[in-house]
Amino acid sequence: MKLNGSTPEETKIAAEALDFYYGDLQALKGINLQMAKNRITALIGPSGCGKSTFLRCLNRMNDLIDDTRVKGRVVIEGKNIYDPDVDEVAVRKRVGMVFQQPNPFPKSIYENLVYAPIKHGMAKKGSSCDELVESSLQAAGLWEEVKDKLHQPGTGLSGGQQQRLCIARAIAIRPDVILMDEPTSALDPISTRVIEQLMLDLKQKYTIVIVTHNMQQACRIADDTAHFHMGELLESQPTEALFNNPKNNITQDYILGRFG
Amino acid sequence: MTSNPFNDPGLAKRHRKARRFRRTTQLSIAVTMSFLLFFLFDMGRTAYPALWQAYVEVEITYSKAATRFTSMAVGKDYRPLVSRAWLRNIPKKIEADPSLMDTTQTQWVLATAQVDQYMKEHHNTLKPDEAVQVEALREQGKVALHWNTRFFSRGDSKIPEYAGILSAIVGSVLTLIVTMALAFPLGVMTAVYLEEFARDNWFTRFVEVNINNLASIPSILFGLLGLSVFINLFGLPRSSPLVGGMTLALMTLPIIIVSARAALRSVPASIRQAGYGLGLTRQNIVKDHVLPVAMPGVLTGSIIGLAQAMGETAPLIIIGMIAFIPDAPGSFTEAATVLPAQVFTWSGMPERAFVEKTAAGIMVILLVMMTLNAAAIYLRKKYEIKW
Repeated sequence: MKLNGSTPEETKIAAEALDFYYGDLQALKGINLQMAKNRITALIGPSGCGKSTFLRCLNRMNDLIDDTRVKGRVVIEGKNIYDPDVDEVAVRKRVGMVFQQPNPFPKSIYENLVYAPIKHGMAKKGSSCDELVESSLQAAGLWEEVKDKLHQPGTGLSGGQQQRLCIARAIAIRPDVILMDEPTSALDPISTRVIEQLMLDLKQKYTIVIVTHNMQQACRIADDTAHFHMGELLESQPTEALFNNPKNNITQDYILGRFG
Repeated sequence: MTSNPFNDPGLAKRHRKARRFRRTTQLSIAVTMSFLLFFLFDMGRTAYPALWQAYVEVEITYSKAATRFTSMAVGKDYRPLVSRAWLRNIPKKIEADPSLMDTTQTQWVLATAQVDQYMKEHHNTLKPDEAVQVEALREQGKVALHWNTRFFSRGDSKIPEYAGILSAIVGSVLTLIVTMALAFPLGVMTAVYLEEFARDNWFTRFVEVNINNLASIPSILFGLLGLSVFINLFGLPRSSPLVGGMTLALMTLPIIIVSARAALRSVPASIRQAGYGLGLTRQNIVKDHVLPVAMPGVLTGSIIGLAQAMGETAPLIIIGMIAFIPDAPGSFTEAATVLPAQVFTWSGMPERAFVEKTAAGIMVILLVMMTLNAAAIYLRKKYEIKW
C-alpha cells in the first residue's frame, strides 16, 4: 500500500450516527465520519463546536465525566467500542492520546515511558524496558537530547521536549491510533514544527487524529480535514479539497477567517 | 520653577497611612511573639530546677530490721532528710542482692523534697534545726544537687522527689501508635474514595458535611463516646492506650480526611488524564501517580492531627487515662496515662515541689510537639515533587 494522500484509503475508525450529551446538552449531533488508516485526520472548527468531545469519544475518555451519554457507534477495526462487551481501558491501550498541555508524570523520563507498558505486561523490568525506552524516544525524535538524563524528572524538560516525551509515552504502549488534542497550542513555533514533522513520520505506522485551532497546521500536515460546527459535522474532505473548494458556506467563511 | 506633572498633593498623607498600616502589622507580630517568648521563658525557668534533684550522702544499714521498718536503715538524725520513697526500695534491693544483708554502706541517697526545695531556695517547710543540719552537711559536701535521671526513667509517685514522667511518655507513645494505626489508613482511604471514586451526589455531600461537623465537635464528647461504646459496650479495658488511641483516632480522622482530600484535590487533573490516555486503570493512577504527588500534604495533615491528638486531655480523662501509673505500661491494654494528663495531675498536687515537675512535664510535651512538627516539615520537603 502506498502511503501518500492519493491512494484509496482503508478505514480505520468510523463514527456512525454518533450523538453525545453532557446532561441535557447535546454536544454532538449525528456525526458520521470515517478516518483512514495511516493518514492524519484534522478536526477543525471554532471553540465549543464539539471537535474535542468527538476526539474523546474515540477512546472513551468521555466515560470519565459524570452525567454524559453516548448514542450511535464508533467502529474501530470492525468492532463498536461502545458495545457492552468492550472494556474501555483496553480501548485506551489501543487508542493512545496526547493532550494540549504536556503532562508527563512527575517521575523520571525512564519511568514515564515504562510505567504503562509494565502494567500492561508488554515489557518486563530490565533490558526489555531499556530497549523500549530507546525505541520510543527514537521514534519521538527525543533520544539524542535526553539519552544522558533518562533518570532525571520528565518535568524538567522544555515544553516541546515534554510534549515529545508524551508522544513517546503514547507510542511505548504500541497503539494503533494516536489521538492528539491541540498538541502544539502550548508550544513555540520551533517546537511546533518539530512535532509536526514527527507526526508526518509517525503516520507511517499509526493512524493519527488531531484537533487543531490552527488552520495552517491542518493544511501542513493533515491528509483529511473535517470541519465541525455547533456539534455537527459540516464537511469532511481531503485537506486540499476542503481548503480550496469548500462545499459548505460556513466552512468557507471559517477557513477564510470571517468568523470563528 | 518647572511644574511637575507627576506631583500628587496627597502623597505625604498616603505615605503616612501606609506607614501606620505597616506599623500595626508589625506591632501585632511583636505582641504575639512576646507572649510566646514570655511563656517559653517562664516555663523553661520554672522547669529547669526539675532537672536537678538533692541527694545526701549517709550511712545505710541493710539489716533485718530495715526490711520491716525501712526508716531503721538510716541513722536517727538523718531520717527527716532521706526520702521515704527511696527507703521503701531497701527490701527489694536486698532481695536482688542478698550479699548486701547486714552491711553498712555510705552512699548518696535521694533527699526529701523539702531538702531539695531548700537547696533550690524555693519555699519549703524544713524545720530550723533541720535547715542548720543541711547547711552543715553542705559544708562537708555531703548534700548536693545531682542530675535527675529518675525524672526520665521512672513513673509517677505521690512523693514529689520520686515522681518521674517515663510512664506518661510511654503511655502517650502507645496511645499515639494506636491512633495513627487506625486514623491514618482509614482517613487516607476515605479521602481517596471521596476524591477519586465517589460521584458527586447527595450521599457524598451528606458524608462530607458530617465529616466537617465531626471536626468541630468538642473533644470531651469523643471521650463520652469512647466510654460508652469502647468501654461499656465492647468491654475493652478502661484507662488503656487501646481505648485512648481509638478515641483519639475518632477525633483525628476528620482532620486527616480533610487535609488528605485537599492534598488529592491539588494534584493536577492532567496527571489523571495522562494515565487514562495510556489505558491505565483508576487504581494504577491513584496508587502510583496521584497518591505519591499528594503524599507530602497528606503526611503534613496527619502529623498535625497527631500533634493535636497528643495534646488532647479531656476525652482521655473521661475514659480514665488520668490514672496514677507508677510503672510504665508494657502493653496496649494495661492502664496508662498520657503526658498532658500527667501534667494535669501534677498541677493539682498540694506539694510545692510539684510545681517544677509540672513545668518540666510541659517542656517535655512541647519538645515532643516540636519534634513532630519538625518531622512534618522534613517529610514535606523530602517527598515534595519538583515540577
